[in-house]
Amino acid sequence: MTAEVLTPDQVAASLDSGMTIGIGGWGSRRKPMALVRAILRSPLTDLTLVSYGGPDVGLLVAAAKVRKVICGFVSLDSIPLEPHFRQARQAGSIELTELDEGMFHWGLLAAAHRLPFLPMRAGLGSDVLAINPELRTVRSPYRDAEEFVAVPALRLDAALIHMNRADARGNGQYLGPDPYFDDLFCLAAAGRRFMSCERIVPTDQLLAEGPPQSLLINRSMTDAVVQAPHGAHFTSCAPDYDRDEAFQAQYASAAADPESWAQFRGRYLDVDEAGYQRAVAQFGRDLAAASR
Amino acid sequence: MTAEPTLAEICVVACAEAWRGDGAVLASPAGLIPALAARLAQRTFEPGLLVTDGEAGLLAPAGDGSVTEGWLPYRQVFTSVASGRRHMMMGAAQLDRYGNQNISCIGAWARPKAQLLGVRGAPGNTVNHPVSYWVPRHSRRVFVPRVDLVSGVGYDRAAAAGARYHGLRIVVSNLAVLDFGTPDHAMRLRSVHPGVAVDDVVAATGFELAVPAQVPVTRLPTAQELALLRTVLDPDGLRDRELG
Repeated sequence: MTAEVLTPDQVAASLDSGMTIGIGGWGSRRKPMALVRAILRSPLTDLTLVSYGGPDVGLLVAAAKVRKVICGFVSLDSIPLEPHFRQARQAGSIELTELDEGMFHWGLLAAAHRLPFLPMRAGLGSDVLAINPELRTVRSPYRDAEEFVAVPALRLDAALIHMNRADARGNGQYLGPDPYFDDLFCLAAAGRRFMSCERIVPTDQLLAEGPPQSLLINRSMTDAVVQAPHGAHFTSCAPDYDRDEAFQAQYASAAADPESWAQFRGRYLDVDEAGYQRAVAQFGRDLAAASR
Repeated sequence: MTAEPTLAEICVVACAEAWRGDGAVLASPAGLIPALAARLAQRTFEPGLLVTDGEAGLLAPAGDGSVTEGWLPYRQVFTSVASGRRHMMMGAAQLDRYGNQNISCIGAWARPKAQLLGVRGAPGNTVNHPVSYWVPRHSRRVFVPRVDLVSGVGYDRAAAAGARYHGLRIVVSNLAVLDFGTPDHAMRLRSVHPGVAVDDVVAATGFELAVPAQVPVTRLPTAQELALLRTVLDPDGLRDRELG
């Protein structure tokens, strides 16, 4: 299989309303934000998001694109609570499946392995079982006869991830400290597996910046590639760039009231990806000028 | 002449004591004071501890700095959780007398009055490996008769669920150190910090606390511990800001 090379807007146009979409990264780290911004500009709606959630979930919830969130958490890391997610929860405007972080991993792994569930201890005795009444337990068939939570597979219709480098065939590379679970998101998806990256390089250059074990994604796991420089902004994409803490702080404070959010949206979201990146560059220049 | 230890410094050392005797396990802290505590324990009485850099690196002390001694991405953190080779010190928005902890939300889960962190890793942590808690503001709002949503599992729930690897160690607050060393694992006052009366702790706790006849005072930091905290681990004194 050989991947296509698409633009972020072509990715959004390849998705359907009502889909269950997995989003890679972790919190406010290496999120496929250029693809998320393209969904914000699209007519897509009624989505179910499966994510170790960060501003990907917050932005899509704020834009009323989301029916349901399946997550271990929704956090901006350096800001513990995602403001849009918190507002939506307190307003009762979204459905939620709240899982233990490890259960979420196990659900992705079960889906990747085409298993209906995987057993684990996490969840036993906690209210995770009470708030997810569809969860079942399973007893070991061996002599120990221990009871486990049967974590159901988190099957996805589509997956979105962001890598540091990729080739045009759909091989992808992370150069930062943590792969997160991006390979599992791709493997848990039935199709429509979209990988954005900072830079598309020739296949023979994939080992120029990292060792073979940094090639987390192979082309059997992806359907299309997007070159999206700065495409994880404002989340971190080490070593290419760190989280833009000043911008994230502005995002979080803008979320606090409708007027400032409308301003944020007009400046950063009601524009195309190039317009976003220009506005972010201007934000950086303004910040530098103000601190002189 | 060494200045007197501050409350934050006493709390860091009390938290560090949670990991005493653990050996080569992953010491996972949530919050600044537990993070300083894990690194202090690693540099003094518990050198076997593994401590992360907050991303995927494991740090070993080297002089006044540190070197990376290992790699622990999130997927391996989850394996570490399930293997039991980990002892986490978590926070708690609510905690009951058997150690059931809530960090998820306040009010009914279906539409909470206040959305907090979500359950995060608390359900899995508490049924797989030792867990301790750090509470910077000891009050009846935190120490409650009943938590709104059981995120971390307490002793009563663990027993009912047959959670064979459950075990809570200590709870450190700005007033005291508590543990579960009673016949039914109900919370017990282990020590009070200098200047705190037993009655202060009892009054700030929203359930019946087991109080032994003699309650010792929490030990003070040693001169070596204070020097490490003040010059190596936290020279900017951020530790004092975590206590409101």
